[in-house]
Amino acid sequence: MKKLEQTEIKNWSETLPVRRAKFGVVARQTSPFFRTQRRRLVLVGLGLAGLIACLLLCVTFGTIPVPLDQTISIIWNHTLGLIWPVARTYSNGNDTIIWEIRLPRLLLAAGVGAGLAGAGALYQGLFRNPLADPYLVGVAQGAAVGAVSAIVLPLPAFLYALGLVQWGAFLGAVVAVAIVYNLARIGGEVKSATLLLAGVAVGSVMAALTSFLTYLNQNKLTSIYGWLLGGFNMTSGWENLGRFVPYMAVGIFIALLVGRKLNVLQMGEDQATLLGLNVPLIKLVLVAAATMMAAAAVSVSGIIGFVGLVVPHFIRLLTGQDYRLLLPLSLVWGAVFMVITDSLARTVMAPAELPVSIITAFVGGPFFLFILRRKKKVEF
Amino acid sequence: MQTPFLEIKNLSAGYPGKPVLRDISLEVQPGELLGVLGANGCGKSTLVKTVSGLLKPSGGEIKLEGRDLLKLRSDERARLMTVVSQSPSLPAAFTAAEIVLMGRTPHLGAFQQEGPEDWEIVKEAMEKTDCWQMATRPVGELSGGERQRVLFALALAQQPRLLLLDEPTTYLDINYQTEIMDIALRWLAEEPGRGALAVFHDLNLAAQYCKRIVLMAKGSILAVGSPAEVITEANIRQAYGAAVIVTPHPLNDLPTTFILPGKKHL
Repeated sequence: MKKLEQTEIKNWSETLPVRRAKFGVVARQTSPFFRTQRRRLVLVGLGLAGLIACLLLCVTFGTIPVPLDQTISIIWNHTLGLIWPVARTYSNGNDTIIWEIRLPRLLLAAGVGAGLAGAGALYQGLFRNPLADPYLVGVAQGAAVGAVSAIVLPLPAFLYALGLVQWGAFLGAVVAVAIVYNLARIGGEVKSATLLLAGVAVGSVMAALTSFLTYLNQNKLTSIYGWLLGGFNMTSGWENLGRFVPYMAVGIFIALLVGRKLNVLQMGEDQATLLGLNVPLIKLVLVAAATMMAAAAVSVSGIIGFVGLVVPHFIRLLTGQDYRLLLPLSLVWGAVFMVITDSLARTVMAPAELPVSIITAFVGGPFFLFILRRKKKVEF
Repeated sequence: MQTPFLEIKNLSAGYPGKPVLRDISLEVQPGELLGVLGANGCGKSTLVKTVSGLLKPSGGEIKLEGRDLLKLRSDERARLMTVVSQSPSLPAAFTAAEIVLMGRTPHLGAFQQEGPEDWEIVKEAMEKTDCWQMATRPVGELSGGERQRVLFALALAQQPRLLLLDEPTTYLDINYQTEIMDIALRWLAEEPGRGALAVFHDLNLAAQYCKRIVLMAKGSILAVGSPAEVITEANIRQAYGAAVIVTPHPLNDLPTTFILPGKKHL
């Protein structure tokens, strides 16, 4: 086929009718091609800028505030400053607070937020159901059983150093999602009601199993609870981040690639097959990627609910259903959301720390109700 | 004799413990629109499902211009053929153009993005099915007839050789029924090397649009031939268990069926 000149594309795009966009703004209709490409770049770029700004601001907050200029110098001197150092205008104490304590913690929070929100968006696309999220489909509780089993089993210490708890969480998450998916599926379709019922049922059984394991192993209560309560206060330092990043990287990589196929999957499995997709393979890849992200997130931070539900939904309300936009934006804004809520968690009642899951539930619960109300009027 | 475009030989298919198609053999000639008629549950939709690769047959062969369709990967098959069915649920928030663009999926590499050529094909497909003017509207806002035209454009954007129509006019008013079938005939006439198989539940629509018709009953073929040969009062009674009157159409003499309220047998 003949390669088109840019001007030609612009010309035929003028034949498109003007569309009244959401929120009363009349959008000047450009070529759909450029609309999607440019819009995606701009919105993801804005999100990334927001994330960086948010990280920089939040890292300065705390019991001991560190001025922003000092914070920037500290981060600079530990990264690019290794080649082009700037003058040290800060104390060693501040250096430790920013570089050794707050920054790795906030980066971990960002990663966990991205993982939960990304997994939520993937599950929603896969199940073709806007209510799916790692918490509601029972994946988080499954991961908890896996992690607690790994903690209580009398295994040699070097296995734990290799990340046995994370692997346990991953395995538990996979088992849970497999059970829920098969329970909720009726004739190839996963309906809201059955999904929620199956998710709640499996989640409850998994939670009971976790309690049972905890009851049997009261000598390991501290490490179990430390893990279960959720949050980033137990997990500081760069080591944890290093252990978590590979799984997230694989999940994010897949999430960024599957957008177009996830869109096609929204047409239903039969239509997707007719459009040439290898549906069983795609579903397997999606479940693997989503579960990997969710399990990685849960394994370092415990159970933090609602992020995977709230963030993709908020993005969907603003930008529509295109997963090529929804997935990267969910990742970025999931990170922002978690960085902010974690900062609130450690400053609201300083010097005491709230578990971050309390704050996400305070935001997520009401929002969840709002979505349910809205769904009565508008089908997603 | 001409080599058939689509050749189905001794095809059997069904679901575990419930065979539906029994030893079906039929052919679609190049450029032909073959109609398939039959009562609910006779296996006409199963036939479409099996030919389109959604259901694995338990026996038999399906060949498109001599190529074994059953051995193709789903993306290879999707470049050769597609199905327009009665409105499946569409993701409401996507615009009509975005839906039609999905027709390009089998022509794109695994992680390739659509280019201007693909948009050009989308525009052409939507103009042919008279829905370009609704390109930027979310499909959730469209009426049944408009949505069916978008689905037809989706199928055309896929650039198939074989088109399967699975009762594409169900739930549509008569103006849209003729419109959809006219689009199908125009598509067939546009280029050589195309063929179509259409499942109907409206006998009169089939008679008007198909030169050749297959009448199915209980998973096998009852009659094949021209509309006048197939649509007879005796055949209809046997296939549907319904009493009807068949008379020639006042303008073109094609068989036209009238129902008889309250009568199961004449």
